Amino acid sequence: MRLKGRVIYEGEAEGDALVTSQPISFYGGVDPGSGEIVERGHELRGECVKGRVLVFPYGKGSTVGSYILYRLRKGGLAPAAIINERCETIVAVGAIISEIPCVDMVDITKIGRDTRLRVSGSTLVS
Amino acid sequence: MLAGKQGHATKKSMEILVALGEIYGAKRLVPVSSVQVSGVSYKNLGDAGIEFLSELAEDGRARVKTTLNPAGMDLENWRLQGIDPGFASKQLEVIDAYRRLGLEISCTCTPYLAGNEPGFGEHIAWGESSAVVYANSVLGARTNREGGPSALAASLTGRTPLYGYHLDANRVATLTVDVSAELATPEDFAAMGYSVGKVVKNGVPYFRGIRQAGLEESKELSAALASSGGVAMYHMEGVTPEAKSPPSGTEAISFGRRDLAEATAGLNDEGDPDFVSVGCPHCSLKELATIAGLLRSRKVTREFWICCSREVKRQSDEKGYSKVIEGSGAKFACDTCMVVAPIEGMGFHVVATNSAKACHYLRNSGLRVRFLTLERCVMEATRPR
Repeated sequence: MRLKGRVIYEGEAEGDALVTSQPISFYGGVDPGSGEIVERGHELRGECVKGRVLVFPYGKGSTVGSYILYRLRKGGLAPAAIINERCETIVAVGAIISEIPCVDMVDITKIGRDTRLRVSGSTLVS
Repeated sequence: MLAGKQGHATKKSMEILVALGEIYGAKRLVPVSSVQVSGVSYKNLGDAGIEFLSELAEDGRARVKTTLNPAGMDLENWRLQGIDPGFASKQLEVIDAYRRLGLEISCTCTPYLAGNEPGFGEHIAWGESSAVVYANSVLGARTNREGGPSALAASLTGRTPLYGYHLDANRVATLTVDVSAELATPEDFAAMGYSVGKVVKNGVPYFRGIRQAGLEESKELSAALASSGGVAMYHMEGVTPEAKSPPSGTEAISFGRRDLAEATAGLNDEGDPDFVSVGCPHCSLKELATIAGLLRSRKVTREFWICCSREVKRQSDEKGYSKVIEGSGAKFACDTCMVVAPIEGMGFHVVATNSAKACHYLRNSGLRVRFLTLERCVMEATRPR
């Protein structure tokens, strides 16, 4: 599989995909101390984002979420890369300040759960 | 700037602005004349926020007039407020980083009452949702709803991407609100805003049938619209500077006497208030005059916070209001407010306030609320126990 998107933050990364069709709120939804998704009712609740290629449609919630991504990065708990359908301010700013490779405008329904993904600039390869 | 020739902080800031510009289809960046930065309370920023700001402060400097949102405590009288010393020391670290970045330590959600008042048509980059609505609607300046990092990026570069509310096309009304309710107090404007915000969501409401709205009414309406909805701007026929009839075919709703009563009732929980707080958004000088007038012959019987900017407090000192207010046992909470201070951990359960915005956020923190007029808040704070 090979998909192309738009670069939000340029970089190279590789990891197992962690895929959801539900938006993610980093503020309140991800524990910055463990990297675990803790939002009640979220289908990824209990999963850890560390080292994964995190695939979700878009971010939601408070703009403070950008700082949560930064804190994950500083703690060595950040996702390896972020893939969005449509990136918005919170995730874009978070990825940039945390230097996490980020690509959007990708048809995320084409990405299988737990597949090994390589991100290089705007290209995703499994 | 993007190449990094002007340092790390400028480069990071440009990366943020260019990425946002691409996401939202901006053709270019425009210079801004004023910035308001949100993300000041340690309660919201955490240690990661401090680290991020300290890193930027190594070589970043504000290039335009930049003021700050409220902090998590009164920067001078935090001990009197009962703030935990551990929290206070972290909060002061945040402030120190912003000071090194060259920002004015104004710590208010009403920058337009504290010397940061942009003119009509100016491009600005403001965080603080209530001030965004006020700036777009009442002042006719132009800003999107910025988050903390994007507003700071605008300050450190003097620029913002040209999209959204910077463009005429996005400042057109999307919903007409025919108001037949009699709006007697600023709190009535707040209740209406809270109700309309839920319906209009991210759109631009056009209010018709309101004869006038002063500073206090506009401030409360702005805050309420931005807390129940994602509103960045409203128009009021015959009142706000850009109000023009909306395009034909725009959806219309009505707001009558019963809607007002329902909206007010919806902001009230059960319970006897153990904490009273006014000034969300921060009190104007006129509000402090009203409070002082009511407190002249009364003694406060409950914890009573009056939130305002240090600048308005200074004006109140000169007028002699502060002496009366403090003499009654009420406490000024400058630089902060009941929403961003860590009051949920201070043993209070039911908060009385005159702010629809405060009701919204305090409920999210697990507290119960009573929504009263400014006068009734003072009565509640001085009611014999």
